[in-house]
Amino acid sequence: MLTRLHSRKDLEALRKELMKRRQPDKPRITICGGTGCHAYGCVKVTDAFKNEVAKQGMEDKVDIKATGCHGFCEKGPIVVIQPGDIFYQRVRPEDVLEILGETIAKNSIVERLLYIDAVTGKKVRHQNEVPFYQKQERIIFGSNGEIDPTSIEDYIAIGGYAALAKAIFEMAPEQIIEEVKHSGLRGRGGGGFPTGGKWESCRHAPGDIKYVIVNADEGDPGAYANRSLLEGNPHSVLEGLIIGAYAIGCREGYVYVRHEYPLAVENSRLALDQAQQLGLLGENILGSGFNFNVRINRGGGAFVCGESTALMASLEGKVGEPRAKYVHTVEKGLWNRPSDLNNVETWANVPLIINKGADWYRTLGTEHSKGTKIFSLVGKINNTGLVEVPMGITLREIIYDIGGGIRGGKKFKAVQTGGPSGGCLPESLLDLPVDFDELSKAGSMMGSGGMIVMDETTCMVDIAKYFLTFLEEESCGKCLPCREGIKRMRQVFDEITEGRGSEKDIEFLEQLSATLVDSSLCGLGQTAPNPVLTTIRYFRDEYEAHIKEKRCPAGVCKALIHYYIIEDKCPGCGLCVKECPQEAITFMGKKKPVVLDESKCIKCGVCGDVCKMDAVGKR
Amino acid sequence: MNEKVTAIVNKYNGDRGQLVSILQDIQTEYYYLPEEALIQVSESMAIPASQVYNVATFFRAFSLEPRGKHLINVCLGTACHVRGAVRVLEKVERSLAIKRGATTKERKFTLETVNCMGACALGPVVKIDGEYFGQMSTDKVDNLLNQFE
Repeated sequence: MLTRLHSRKDLEALRKELMKRRQPDKPRITICGGTGCHAYGCVKVTDAFKNEVAKQGMEDKVDIKATGCHGFCEKGPIVVIQPGDIFYQRVRPEDVLEILGETIAKNSIVERLLYIDAVTGKKVRHQNEVPFYQKQERIIFGSNGEIDPTSIEDYIAIGGYAALAKAIFEMAPEQIIEEVKHSGLRGRGGGGFPTGGKWESCRHAPGDIKYVIVNADEGDPGAYANRSLLEGNPHSVLEGLIIGAYAIGCREGYVYVRHEYPLAVENSRLALDQAQQLGLLGENILGSGFNFNVRINRGGGAFVCGESTALMASLEGKVGEPRAKYVHTVEKGLWNRPSDLNNVETWANVPLIINKGADWYRTLGTEHSKGTKIFSLVGKINNTGLVEVPMGITLREIIYDIGGGIRGGKKFKAVQTGGPSGGCLPESLLDLPVDFDELSKAGSMMGSGGMIVMDETTCMVDIAKYFLTFLEEESCGKCLPCREGIKRMRQVFDEITEGRGSEKDIEFLEQLSATLVDSSLCGLGQTAPNPVLTTIRYFRDEYEAHIKEKRCPAGVCKALIHYYIIEDKCPGCGLCVKECPQEAITFMGKKKPVVLDESKCIKCGVCGDVCKMDAVGKR
Repeated sequence: MNEKVTAIVNKYNGDRGQLVSILQDIQTEYYYLPEEALIQVSESMAIPASQVYNVATFFRAFSLEPRGKHLINVCLGTACHVRGAVRVLEKVERSLAIKRGATTKERKFTLETVNCMGACALGPVVKIDGEYFGQMSTDKVDNLLNQFE
């Protein structure tokens, strides 16, 4: 049970006490507990460490800590040993004995667990030397790897809730708002609306009861930064929220989390409970007289609920349909009262701005986009994971220096940002500085931070169709342009990808896109054409190949491709014969190439997946 | 009156704003939303049945049909899509002889898709009963399904 803190002095005393208890020289083994590492079995690794330490009676020699996400998901489970910053990757339970025996007991390195730099071929010992981390600026995400997300004491020990105390005891609400405005912080959920301005409008809106809301309904496919932040450092988000509530004048707040993120829900709940017990949340926070309560709501799996008015409808127990915003939600939002909604990452920026000051914050980023942004760097990239970079870094630096380039030596084709509302940018724009305005100018957008890299085997027409299919399913159906328009566009893509496209289709798609942009009710419909428009703008040749030549250059659109056996490469092993669900491939004897009967082929691609000799071709 | 449903409604003090959470808890209990439970929610919380039905059918998370013993979720997020998620889905469909959204005859598996489960680094991802299986490919599907009794 935690003891309630009654004043700022109590908080600082607790922090001192926690610091004193910490032994900086005692070895600490931190194991990444992010979702990626979970899937790779990090829980077993943590358990193995704990069991072995107990068995050998090493408790006084080493601490074991399961932390939040370290970001380098590609190489999970990740283990970092402090002090010394020793970085081990792909650690298995079998490695535990050796790590304890060598690194902890003898201070020597287990060479085979080190990361190998793909460019130099050299082994890297320390986390800060791994190229993946070198160009990053991990001001928000960095502490994830140091703290146990289920322990408020860990967060307090690294300076947590100091910003809250400063805000409540040293600053007037208007001053906090001024500071956030001056910092240049813009909404990290996608739109990039200035956060301080939003807070100010909400504070000035008439009404006694107002709400603050955390939007953790991260629906953009390919983005999972909010998830990792809420799972790995929930208190940073909560602290930002409490500061915002104080500045705006709210007594109630909500955290709206996707139900697909069970660990984020669990860790947020725990964080709320602990903050409540310590008196950092609830009645009379730190003895200041300020009251603020927070509730967690789970989403129901609807993309449109990322839209503020739809999210608020869902919080009221209704279906998540948006409404027209003649009246802004900062004036009439949840239950028709002034409501301020910000994204998880936006909230997590707030304590930093209060602690270090807006002037410091402004030194990061570009003229109109300050600070850092967390991206989920995924798709056909070597180093998949979560990266936090200063605004203004180029796409090329992210993809090649941090991401390590394209998988399997393939050629880069496009990078998709902004989810279904964003666009696909080609190689010629790789030197584009990444910020809100530059991405918008290029026809894409920042979005909530998905960055999906595509190579020569990705068909851009298929990608546009993929997003339309996604949006068709997710359109709430309230307004006609979105409901019918997206469907009609998807039908045109069916025609194009199935070889029935006509030359007028591109023009028609552009016209319909303009209609959707102009007349849809909410952001979902207004931005739905972006993937279509950017792919037409940058990859028109691929559309023309589909329409005029009835050909899919990337070899993706089923109706336009044919599978064949590359006879020179086929050793006649028969693996594909066994796996083909259609019995379309015939075994011709050992060392003789197999024969594919195209009339039976359903183009499922299984033969190519099982072939170890790359002997299955597509044309 | 079903006591489990009553207990769930009471846990949220019958707060109408918590309807989505209440339905989620009911679904966790029964793996789907039984008709009687929806009617009970409507009556005990004084929300029109049409509105409860509206919410239950709007959100993808809810199912009005009984589901199988094991719930398979194939992720169709962008990162998974570019790494071949559709081929994986089609392979699962062929192996189980059902289409997405359906349950096998003996109610062993229900096959659903999700538009991103936030495990993008592992794509293509398949989740079965809450456990993630990353870097899936068509040739791994049958072995994976065979692990489930």
